[in-house]
Amino acid sequence: MQYLTNIFFIIALIAGIGFFVMNIKKLSRNIKLGKDVNRTDRKSERLKNMMMIALGQSKMVKRPFSGFLHIIVYVGFIIINIEVLEIIIDGIFGTHRIFLGVLGDAFYGFLIGTFEILAALVFVAVVIFWLRRNVSNIKRFLSKEMKGWPKNDGNYILYFEMVLMTLFLVMNATDPTFQQAGIGNPISQFITPLFDGFSADTIHAIERTAWWIHILGILVFLNYLYYSKHLHILLAFPNTYFANLNPKGQFNNLESVTNEVKLMMDPDADPYAMPEEGAEETVPEKFGASDVTDLNWVQLLNAYTCTECGRCTSSCPANLTGKKLSPRKIMMDTRDRLEEVGRNIDTNNGVFVDDNKQLLNDYISPEELWACTSCNACVEECPVNIDPLSIIMDMRRYLVMEQSAAPQELNMMMTNVENNGAPWQYNQQDRLNWANEE
Amino acid sequence: MNVPTMADMMAQGKQPEVLFWVGAAGSYDDRAKKISRAFVKILHQANVDFAVLGTEETSTGDAAKRAGNEFLFQMQAMMNIEVLNGYEIKKIVTCDPHSFNTLKNEYPSLGGKYEVYHHTQFIQNLISEGRLNIDNTSLKGKRVTFHDPCYLGRANEVYESPRDLIRRLGVNLTEMKRHKETALCCGAGGAQMFKDAEPGNKEVNVLRTEDALKTNPNIIATGCPYCNTMMTDGIKFKEKEAEVVVKDIAELIAEANNL
Ligand code: SF4
Ligand code: SF4
Repeated sequence: MQYLTNIFFIIALIAGIGFFVMNIKKLSRNIKLGKDVNRTDRKSERLKNMMMIALGQSKMVKRPFSGFLHIIVYVGFIIINIEVLEIIIDGIFGTHRIFLGVLGDAFYGFLIGTFEILAALVFVAVVIFWLRRNVSNIKRFLSKEMKGWPKNDGNYILYFEMVLMTLFLVMNATDPTFQQAGIGNPISQFITPLFDGFSADTIHAIERTAWWIHILGILVFLNYLYYSKHLHILLAFPNTYFANLNPKGQFNNLESVTNEVKLMMDPDADPYAMPEEGAEETVPEKFGASDVTDLNWVQLLNAYTCTECGRCTSSCPANLTGKKLSPRKIMMDTRDRLEEVGRNIDTNNGVFVDDNKQLLNDYISPEELWACTSCNACVEECPVNIDPLSIIMDMRRYLVMEQSAAPQELNMMMTNVENNGAPWQYNQQDRLNWANEE
Repeated sequence: MNVPTMADMMAQGKQPEVLFWVGAAGSYDDRAKKISRAFVKILHQANVDFAVLGTEETSTGDAAKRAGNEFLFQMQAMMNIEVLNGYEIKKIVTCDPHSFNTLKNEYPSLGGKYEVYHHTQFIQNLISEGRLNIDNTSLKGKRVTFHDPCYLGRANEVYESPRDLIRRLGVNLTEMKRHKETALCCGAGGAQMFKDAEPGNKEVNVLRTEDALKTNPNIIATGCPYCNTMMTDGIKFKEKEAEVVVKDIAELIAEANNL
């Protein structure tokens, strides 16, 4: 009988972790649907970014209030999880507070005491976060794209954290020997009196229940990540590591275009030349992006990493002036479409079957894409170094180069550049007139 | 005014110290032409041996690239690179952050490798080399706010050069709430300059002008011909032309030095 709980624990643990690993595999397969881009250079700079931005939260604190609260939750959550190690060992071997004997009263008390204080702080911070999302009028939490699932997702995460923190404290409060020892209970000692008058058996049952729900809750939460914006707690690390290191104004030069332009400009090239042997089969490369598989894997990793915080959108000049464009929505759409493509592959035994849908039009409209001023405010703001602008640009490229679907005024501008070497209709021969006017 | 071209230089067998890339706005736009002339006056005062491409200059292709037309951009770039490399150009200065950005960052992988300066950086160097002085009395006491151009600021992290120059004018530099990394775009970038805005409830340049007006400026300083147009239009929209002027930093320096 006694072993039954241990066995049940082990099964739950394996199932929880197994399911998580399965989801991570799916995640990585989906990200690899993206085109290749080399981000393996400048390793030390990348490592530094990851340490500063993901671990050190250096961009979070640019907005001090929410940044500070976020650090509490982040640090608290990570440190408290050390306690999970003890829970796992206890669960497998049927021990109770195994670390107490190993670490000794003083150190164990210090650790658990710290966890308790952190748990209380996390609880308070999470409540403030909840109020910010649901009660106060913060514009970036009220946008169109935050209706439905994204809004609920944000709240579910907060509820999860509130419940987990509470369970941790209750578990300590209902452990009489732990309370009697009087070590490491700076918060839970104030909860213990709530259970005065309960029988020893009831208190023990409450303690066991809290213990079990706590660990099962953690396993459920771990698996919830894949479906949630909370994935950022893991992906912020690779995402900041692989982020673009070039100046933000530098857009990539499409190599496929370079080859064609060189050919066009080469006076010796023979336009009627037969394609080389074996070259007939190659499908001409698509210029720009109309679907997620045209994007590169870093852009897809970006989409999964997005925390939907909306800092990008709240600094976007187009969005601030009432245009449809929202860089956060660009990222959310990319993730939603990628998930759809992934599910399509899963249900069709590993191959994608055309579903007559794509990222362009079905998710992101040209109107949104054309409203972008390429100002890089979104890129600068993002606390985890996501680059919504690169996706916007790749999709514009598709619109222009594959569909000739630029707004009329831009077509005129481009015709002028082509014919007069300037975006306006001036004569090239008048280019130096400015020097002699006044 | 005396603006030598590379073709003239070549004919005389000379190589100038720097090429002044004028850009389409600086060549054709009436407002921006004044900025080009102001900058040339500064170059003359500092005895800089410079030249322009003149009629051999053509669009960098930047606007086409931001609009999504990579073909047109690369065609323009390769044409320009052929000319620039033909003249063995090493150093370029420009008053247009868009040209600055593309020449500096996007031309190298297409074969055009140059040392590229924004005019505020270039002037700053002239001062530190002792070749130019700025008079700090004639504009003294004026309230000046600086609008960061996206392609100079966030895109290339040049925040200090323009501010350093403004401070040297002896004026009162006041910052808008959104400045440097958090500066708001004027609305012209990404080829928006050449089209109407999408439906919304306000124009971006009006929002940015409101940011600037909150600092009660006498002068809104810019370092980009497109920002200049946008902010000037914003001031007109707000009917503040009588109180506030929009000036490029080169114009302010030329004015201070009585050029
Ligand atoms: S780059 Fe485009 S999407 Fe990003 S903030 Fe600027 S206008 Fe908005
Ligand atoms: S892209 Fe970055 S700034 Fe924008 S919502 Fe996602 S995480 Fe936040």
